[in-house]
Amino acid sequence: MKLEPYQKAEIPGPSKAFAISNAKLLLAKIKKAKKPLMIIGHKSLELEINGKLLIDYLVEIAKKYRIPVITSTPTYLEIKRRGYETVYPMNLIEAASMVKDPSWTGFDGKGNYDLVFIAGFPYYYEWLTLSGLKHFSSIETISLDPYYQPHASWSFPTMKKEEWAKIINELLE
Amino acid sequence: MSKKDLRVKIGEVKTEKGTMKDLEISIGRIFEEEWEEPVGPTPFPSIKDLRNWDFKLLKRYKPFYMPFCDLCCFCTYGKCDLTKNKRGACGIDMAGQQARIVLLACAIGAATHCGHARHLVEHLIEEYGRDTPLSMGENVEIEAPHVRLVCGIRPRKIKDLEIALDYVENQVTHLLSAIHTGQEGHWMDFESKVFHAGMIDHVAMEIADIAQIAVYNFPKADPDAPLVELGAGVVDSKKPTILVVGHNVPPAIAIADYLTKENLVGSVEVAGLCCTAIDLTRYSSFAKIIGPMSWTLRFIRSGLADVIVVDEQCVRTNLVEEAKKIGALFIATSEKNCQGLPNRTNDPADQIVDDLVSGKQPGVLIFDTEKVGEVAVKAALAVAPKRKKKRSLLTPKEIIEGSKKCIKCQECIKACPDNLPVMYAVNDAARGDLSKLAELYEKCIGCARCESACSVNLPLHTYIISAAEKKMTEEKFKIRAGRGPISDIEIREVGQPIVFGEIPGVVAFVGCPNYANGGKEIPEMVDEFAKRRYIITLSGCAAMTAGMFKDEEGKTVYEKYHGRFDAGGVVNVGSCVSNPHISGAAIKIARIFAKRNIRANYEEIADYVYNRIGAVGVAWGAMSQKAASIASGFWRLGVPVIVGPHGSKYRRMLLGRKDRDEDWYVWDARTGKKVYVGPAPEHLFYTAETKEEAMVMIAKLCIRPNDTTKGRAIKLTHYIDLYKKFYGKLPDDIHLYVRTKADIPLTMKDEILAYLEAKGWKEKATPDPTLLPRLIRKKEG
Repeated sequence: MKLEPYQKAEIPGPSKAFAISNAKLLLAKIKKAKKPLMIIGHKSLELEINGKLLIDYLVEIAKKYRIPVITSTPTYLEIKRRGYETVYPMNLIEAASMVKDPSWTGFDGKGNYDLVFIAGFPYYYEWLTLSGLKHFSSIETISLDPYYQPHASWSFPTMKKEEWAKIINELLE
Repeated sequence: MSKKDLRVKIGEVKTEKGTMKDLEISIGRIFEEEWEEPVGPTPFPSIKDLRNWDFKLLKRYKPFYMPFCDLCCFCTYGKCDLTKNKRGACGIDMAGQQARIVLLACAIGAATHCGHARHLVEHLIEEYGRDTPLSMGENVEIEAPHVRLVCGIRPRKIKDLEIALDYVENQVTHLLSAIHTGQEGHWMDFESKVFHAGMIDHVAMEIADIAQIAVYNFPKADPDAPLVELGAGVVDSKKPTILVVGHNVPPAIAIADYLTKENLVGSVEVAGLCCTAIDLTRYSSFAKIIGPMSWTLRFIRSGLADVIVVDEQCVRTNLVEEAKKIGALFIATSEKNCQGLPNRTNDPADQIVDDLVSGKQPGVLIFDTEKVGEVAVKAALAVAPKRKKKRSLLTPKEIIEGSKKCIKCQECIKACPDNLPVMYAVNDAARGDLSKLAELYEKCIGCARCESACSVNLPLHTYIISAAEKKMTEEKFKIRAGRGPISDIEIREVGQPIVFGEIPGVVAFVGCPNYANGGKEIPEMVDEFAKRRYIITLSGCAAMTAGMFKDEEGKTVYEKYHGRFDAGGVVNVGSCVSNPHISGAAIKIARIFAKRNIRANYEEIADYVYNRIGAVGVAWGAMSQKAASIASGFWRLGVPVIVGPHGSKYRRMLLGRKDRDEDWYVWDARTGKKVYVGPAPEHLFYTAETKEEAMVMIAKLCIRPNDTTKGRAIKLTHYIDLYKKFYGKLPDDIHLYVRTKADIPLTMKDEILAYLEAKGWKEKATPDPTLLPRLIRKKEG
């Protein structure tokens, strides 16, 4: 499991994401976070892992740990269809620009988020947004895609989908 | 016309006061006096003169920067690590560095159009004379809205354009110099210069297009410009074929002229890629368009082109090599794109043809456009029987056998800009099923990075196009030829409904074909908004892509909708350099409908456009630096731009914050009071993740503070309808856009009233909006 960007040319520089190697780490991050958030992209509707779409894994995580979700269309409708209601329509970069602002009080008006999970976007689009957050905010970011996103604080390495599913399933147990 | 740099030298003059020797008087500019419009405050503005306007926009629309890289590697101090806002050795921080890179892109874009315009104007002056009139047809009095607005001059003859070009070149130099280490450092000033680059870019493009329209007699504001053949399947494969590629049309026109002169029309096919193709079909009735620049490798590898003639911009840089593979001959014609070829400009045409056809030289460089015409035609006629449409496409059997060599390393997928599942399609092919490869054809942007990355050197792009060959040869569509400017009559008819909001918006689909999900999304979006009676304008590769889809009746959007600049129109203005006709239409509305002075009056007109004209640019596949500068020209004029996901690679967005009420106040020019007008338009530069998101945002970004209640209700109808369609609920910001109950769409009244009540909504005023205090007619108190 090499810590190499999934798109070969997307070399970030000296600051790179730490690797997620097990579910315990993710669980610890969720427990430590005061106010986590998840941002889901439409590629989650296309990527199938062990016979299940990425969106299904992500919605299950959001449900289990009560994490509010930001997404755009058509993903919004798909998440609602899966019975999750704490979902807000917003564009990825717009969401990142809000999260970056410490004075933003979030969707509940009680304060900004301190941990952002992100997954399911075109690789470069997510890559760039994570770069924006890395450089211009103190928010911790975790990519939940099954490939390495170097601009996140934490990311899975580019890995076999079965191994990824094993870790996520442990998180869902 | 203004006269520039007037100098008077007097050796000796005696007056009552004394004697003066070696007297020299120098005057910067003298402006034309017979033009009734007074010179505004900013003729030929320098890079600082519109800074205050830029800062007003940047206060509302804050950049969100997304660095490609943690480093700066511009100078030998570096590389400098700018992570987490560390400063580099020169003192720059990450925000400054990102804004600097955006400026570099826009300066390159402006320089490219300026270089294009300069070459074109010089060529046309040489061929047709300096006094050639600049007529845009009898229905166009404002021939050059950008030149008038920015420079304050009214060009009447082609020579007059040189004055504006001198200005643009001067500004590009200053902008580039500001990027040097130890010059500009603050992001806001870089961003202001980005806007400046965009503004002068629209001047440069306008110069290029009005010069070629006037001299070559392209359609002049003609809503019924002819329908032109479009697609890889429109070329007659039995005929010798010349392929023209690029943006600067004179060499392609020389080919058409030579064919006409020699009575060879119908014997040789002339077809083009990218903007040269669009401009050639504005001139010649027999020329054809293959498609956007992303069709380059497809068409060349299909073997149909016998001679490839390239000029400048967006030309794939290894076409000499690609031409060799199929035995096609190659002619480069621009000093900006010489491709390492020998310069044969001064050699006799027949000798050049012999050397090309015999294979002595696979490619040549010719700067004499007339000679290009002769050589290209003669070479095509001579080489066609020899090469017999040699191609590099493969048979199914060859693909299947080759695919068996795949080692499943996934390098092709990791190299593809869209991570298309190339390897899996190849693996299917190895089992005899080519359908997945053929499916990739619809989404592939033609960059061929997959085959460059292949560990076992499989020609993967050729696999894709070979598997879809049938589809490719069936690509036969229609596009309306570029019509050029919007006429004054059209502006008179639509000025009021646009400014009042009764025509819900003008949507401009422009730019390159770097689509994240194939090209079908463009015709779908065009159709959706044309149906909704928006005015659709198009240019360049986006205009071609829009035509490459047929509805169930077999019609493209150009056959389905009229070509007038009016509600429900689908208006192809032309090539990349025709974009200023779109932004120029907004300037003309200010002049013709609102009677504002536009001469050297940029800030006031931008304020007018920003607050009143519901226009949005959509560059769904924007790729180039030129696309960046075109967009920035729209921004400074107050027109928001939406890009597709790849547009995020411009590395910064300009986003408003609708949750901050304080950002959305304007002055009421009638009363001098500050009035909240809501986030209209909410963003200035926005990446949409999907076409559905883009469509909702297009409708929303057409909302303007000046909308009448009827106009606002119409705009809200479309915004809410699209939002409900794609999100399944009411938008959460309607209360910000409803000023009075009369703004509420009738068909949604009950639902929206209930929503407003829940939000604690209160009525708001509808001002005569401006961001410029100097335009207030009555001061408060």
